[in-house]
Amino acid sequence: MNVLYFAWVKEKVGISEETVTPPADVTTVAQLTTWLAARSPKHAAAFKDARLVKVAVDQVHVPPSTSIAGAREVAFFPPVTGG
Amino acid sequence: MPRSGVDIRVQRETFDAGAELNRFLARNPTSGGVASFVGQMRDFRGLDRADGTPLTAMTLEHYPGMAERQLADVVTEAQTRWATDDVLVIHRYGDFAPGDPIVLVIAAAAHRGPAFDACSFIMDWLKTKAPFWKQERGPDGSTTWVEARDSDDARAEKWDKR
Repeated sequence: MNVLYFAWVKEKVGISEETVTPPADVTTVAQLTTWLAARSPKHAAAFKDARLVKVAVDQVHVPPSTSIAGAREVAFFPPVTGG
Repeated sequence: MPRSGVDIRVQRETFDAGAELNRFLARNPTSGGVASFVGQMRDFRGLDRADGTPLTAMTLEHYPGMAERQLADVVTEAQTRWATDDVLVIHRYGDFAPGDPIVLVIAAAAHRGPAFDACSFIMDWLKTKAPFWKQERGPDGSTTWVEARDSDDARAEKWDKR
């Protein structure tokens, strides 16, 4: 799946996008977040307080309990501040 | 209920709010009420100018694709709640200086009530749903990501209590 990062989450991870293949036992957004956080110290820093990071699966806002089965694009970002 | 017109644009280029309003009015000549909102970049950080610190520039990052989709969903929700004739939303991204326009919402309806409400609702909901992020720059060159405000969440949620 394609993983996207925006705003300060992107700055902390150090990249805007990566393609990952999580193991089969990673089935929810919360589990994906934990798995991504273990990829590097920069990922760990970005996800240090996971409650501050919002998630969209295929461009729809979702809570951490959401399944990632079949997801093509998962995005991580701070609470939005447009308008 | 016939679905009203809708025009949603996510763009880097600036816009002329007056020209957009005139075009909108020209294509909705029989709508009894047309309400509009223009968001512009402030020249200070904080709730009011007296206590604020000066800002010299701002960058708005966005999530291409999801931004358009979320704005469309917000407008669709407004159209299910109020009988609007036409809705326009322009939201910019990229680099801004104080005074630059950021967002424009215009709503037309048969009467002022639904026009005002739809316009206000769209602004309140897009503030908490549309994937845009502001990064402000001060006179010393330091940059700060703007933090989401609880008051924005409260404004968005108040529409659920009506």
